[in-house]
Amino acid sequence: MAASDRTTSTPAAGTATKQRGETVLQVENVVKHFPITQGIVFKRQIGAVKAVDGVSFDLKRGETLGIVGESGCGKSTLAKLLMRLETPTSGKALLEGRDMFSLSGSALRRMRRNVQMVMQDPYTSLNPRMTVGDIIGEPFDIHPDAAPRGTRRQRVQELLELVGLNPEHINRYPHQFSGGQRQRIGIARALALKPEIIVCDEPVSALDVSIQAQVINLLEGLQDELGLSYIFIAHDLSVVRHIADRVAVMYLGKIVEIGTEEEIYERPTHPYTQALLSAVPVPDPKARAHREIIRLDGDVPSPANPPSGCRFRTRCWKAQDICATEEPKLELRAADPHPSACHFAEQKTHVVA
Amino acid sequence: MSEAQTVGAAEVTKTTDPSTRPRSLAGDAWRDLRRNPIFWASLILVLAVTAMAIVPGLFTSNDPLDCSLSRQHAGPGGGALFGYDFQGCDVYARSVYGARASLLVGALSAVLTGIIAIVVGMLAGYFGRWIDAALSRVIDIVLGIPLLLAAIVLLKRISSDSPSVRIAAVVFVLAILGWTTAARVIRSSVISAKQQDYVAAARMLGAGNGRTMWRHILPNSLAPVIVVLTIGLGSFIAAEATLSFLGIGLKAPTISWGIDIDSGRTHMRESAVPLIVPSTFLALTVLAFIMLGDAIRDAFDPKLR
Amino acid sequence: MSKHSAGAAVTRDEWTARADRDTTGADGGHLLEVRDLFVEFHTRDGVAKVINGVSYHLDAGETLAVLGESGSGKSVTAQAIMGILDMPPAVIPNGQILYRGTDLLTLPEDERRKVRGKQIAMIFQDALSALNPVFPVGWQIGETLRLRDGLSRADARRRAIELMELVKIPAARERVRDYPHQFSGGMRQRVMIAMALAQDPSVLIADEPTTALDVTVQAQIMDLLGELRRELNMAMILITHDLGVVADVADRIAVMYAGRIVEHADVHALYEAPAHPYTKGLLESIPRLDLKGQQLTTIKGLPPNLMRIPSGCPFHPRCPFARQECVDVVPTVHQLGNDRTSACHFAEEVLDGRI
Repeated sequence: MAASDRTTSTPAAGTATKQRGETVLQVENVVKHFPITQGIVFKRQIGAVKAVDGVSFDLKRGETLGIVGESGCGKSTLAKLLMRLETPTSGKALLEGRDMFSLSGSALRRMRRNVQMVMQDPYTSLNPRMTVGDIIGEPFDIHPDAAPRGTRRQRVQELLELVGLNPEHINRYPHQFSGGQRQRIGIARALALKPEIIVCDEPVSALDVSIQAQVINLLEGLQDELGLSYIFIAHDLSVVRHIADRVAVMYLGKIVEIGTEEEIYERPTHPYTQALLSAVPVPDPKARAHREIIRLDGDVPSPANPPSGCRFRTRCWKAQDICATEEPKLELRAADPHPSACHFAEQKTHVVA
Repeated sequence: MSEAQTVGAAEVTKTTDPSTRPRSLAGDAWRDLRRNPIFWASLILVLAVTAMAIVPGLFTSNDPLDCSLSRQHAGPGGGALFGYDFQGCDVYARSVYGARASLLVGALSAVLTGIIAIVVGMLAGYFGRWIDAALSRVIDIVLGIPLLLAAIVLLKRISSDSPSVRIAAVVFVLAILGWTTAARVIRSSVISAKQQDYVAAARMLGAGNGRTMWRHILPNSLAPVIVVLTIGLGSFIAAEATLSFLGIGLKAPTISWGIDIDSGRTHMRESAVPLIVPSTFLALTVLAFIMLGDAIRDAFDPKLR
Repeated sequence: MSKHSAGAAVTRDEWTARADRDTTGADGGHLLEVRDLFVEFHTRDGVAKVINGVSYHLDAGETLAVLGESGSGKSVTAQAIMGILDMPPAVIPNGQILYRGTDLLTLPEDERRKVRGKQIAMIFQDALSALNPVFPVGWQIGETLRLRDGLSRADARRRAIELMELVKIPAARERVRDYPHQFSGGMRQRVMIAMALAQDPSVLIADEPTTALDVTVQAQIMDLLGELRRELNMAMILITHDLGVVADVADRIAVMYAGRIVEHADVHALYEAPAHPYTKGLLESIPRLDLKGQQLTTIKGLPPNLMRIPSGCPFHPRCPFARQECVDVVPTVHQLGNDRTSACHFAEEVLDGRI
């Protein structure tokens, strides 16, 4: 049903051949600093919150890149930057060779068809005064060329079916649906324009455990069926492990480690990743005996005033002088062939199980 | 996918069962309103006054302009429930017909105020920064202008006696002086609506400012304004009566409670009735609108639940 | 740790005296026991049967985890124990809550107040809204000490600093005058724990204490609670939906669904072999950190509407093993040995894996 759709209507990007494995998005050194100002009438900048401070990664077609980190790491800001809800202080994001941060006007609008988002809170991400049909149909109002005249209603109903909802409920209002169903509506809305990339910002965090699994399965199924690439941002490492092909770990605005799901979960080399993984509770009482427990001291430093050199050094058990003077680059380390930003990267294998 | 589809259908059947359907704010509000005796009392009064304005013939068969000095200050009789005033006009009939002017001015002022307030409040709240700063200062300045003094200054320049010109003038003056409170309410409503996720979602789809404001922000920020305008209607009616009382608002032959109150006051010694009746009509009408607005606001306020 | 700071005039009420005497409850009964509790909420739209016959018990030094999703009634049970339910609309038509042998539900309000906070304390999910933003944290921690124990301001502040150090807030002496917003999420949670411990409670009820926290902070807080429990021999009820957290800290687990306890077991036994299809479904549907998943098995459908709880077994519309009996007859609690129970007609079959 959905597969035939792809061949009959024009793909959003306009390129003819698509191969699995090709890079669809290249993010280069994205920086976002929020200025801190003082003064009422004439504002002086006295500092900046360095929310995202030099993030680079690639995304390939059909893959899921998980981005994990705790509060203050900048992952939500990164999501907003990718969706052009915020403008970056510097950096590029190349979508099919064009920098999406430099687009404006109608070119920007056309680019939006390629990158869509599923938001975290199903209770506030849908306009309570619009019917479900209107909500899912809005993309077609904004981009009339995405659905030829007269096919809009049908398209909306197809999308409802695609996400597992009853197409007859096209005239209902969001409050008549449960949280999990609302999230499905959000997913249907994101799919309407046939994007290539979907940024999922904590899509299941606000849902009950038994509903989370349904939505995760739905997202995975859709990815296989429609060839989507996901950037999956979450704080729940277990969920990310399940759905991601590659994972990037963020801390205080930087990526500290990036690799395949197996590399990160089974052979983490950055101390923060190791601590993070060891802190995640595993639903198996016997696992405690086998796992290594790493407890970090203290709090996350303020992003307005990050530590010099390596940002993690204030909580790291391995910190040496060089960590304060020289910032470790995210590059391949001897410990394991995946990039890690630590001068002393080495494996610790029992943090997970 | 089929697993998800069966799940979907099962999920949906469960939720569409009426007793399980989550309630909406509007539904809850209506349910609260229905039980509130003040709501019904004020609604009935408002409807009665509106009926008086539209079809005054329903309430009295006398002609309010049929005045004869021979009946000066005469007592009740012949359909004149409260007797006659100094000019010999039927006090009751005049008060009934007076509803039209008052309500017309009140309603038109409220509508015009609403339009100005929505435009200013929306622009200030949505665009923020210097536009907001500039418009907020405008609001502050206009808010600082005393209503009556400014109205007197402006209306004294209107020399025409034509009823429609005077009504338009009064409506215009009240609106340009009275839009500020509603504008502030809208502005804060827009600011909080702007931060909702669904607005961000619309922008991510590529919605422009116009579409975002019209489809997403406006419908979700109107509720508080309805309350403000309902209460405002009451105060506009009172303001019109005040201006007419002072002789700068509506003038004869337009029938207005303010005019009647003024002439009633002049001849209060001979008979208090021509003063009391239009005053009572005025007070009840204003009270009705204010109570109605209050009841609606209480019903819509989720925190009072 | 001393119970009261030296030199302070303290009024000893009946409860504190009993607490000093024995920690396992009068007559060899349990420290805290909930027996056959029923709670209903009478709303405009009808009566929601939130708790339908819940029984569990707790002794000193134990941690009981109450596990369930939204609508299962886990928080309402705790609120009923604390006596903080709004009544109306809540009504308790039946049941007993025995603390040291005395039924709290039959006590007059002033007696109840002696128990609440002092003997049984509670901490909540969102520390930011549980703390008053306009008062310094030291003042808030010391509030109960000043009001209930009659401590002077200086003594109360000293005790507050002690408590802040007990919960490992760094630089407690300097930070005692700070306001809640000056602390991070994890630190605020520690402040809330300090407030709860100020009165030396025998029972601590933690309602989703770490759900709103980052995972590394969550680990710190759970470690802290574990330490405190050991040091103070405190009994703890941990209310959560997170199967991972429970595995690390609980001794026993009670799984709730639609206001009932559907399974109760020792923590190891529960994870190894669940005896109820809901528990089984939950265990199979959560993504695991230590296992790369294939497609997750889901529990189909939605949690039930508490105003129209399904007939028979409330889980039957979602149960993959449901039979006709499940629709018609409410399952009794099957005793499976070793203090293990399950409210399923086919508990033994589920336990053995035959279903």
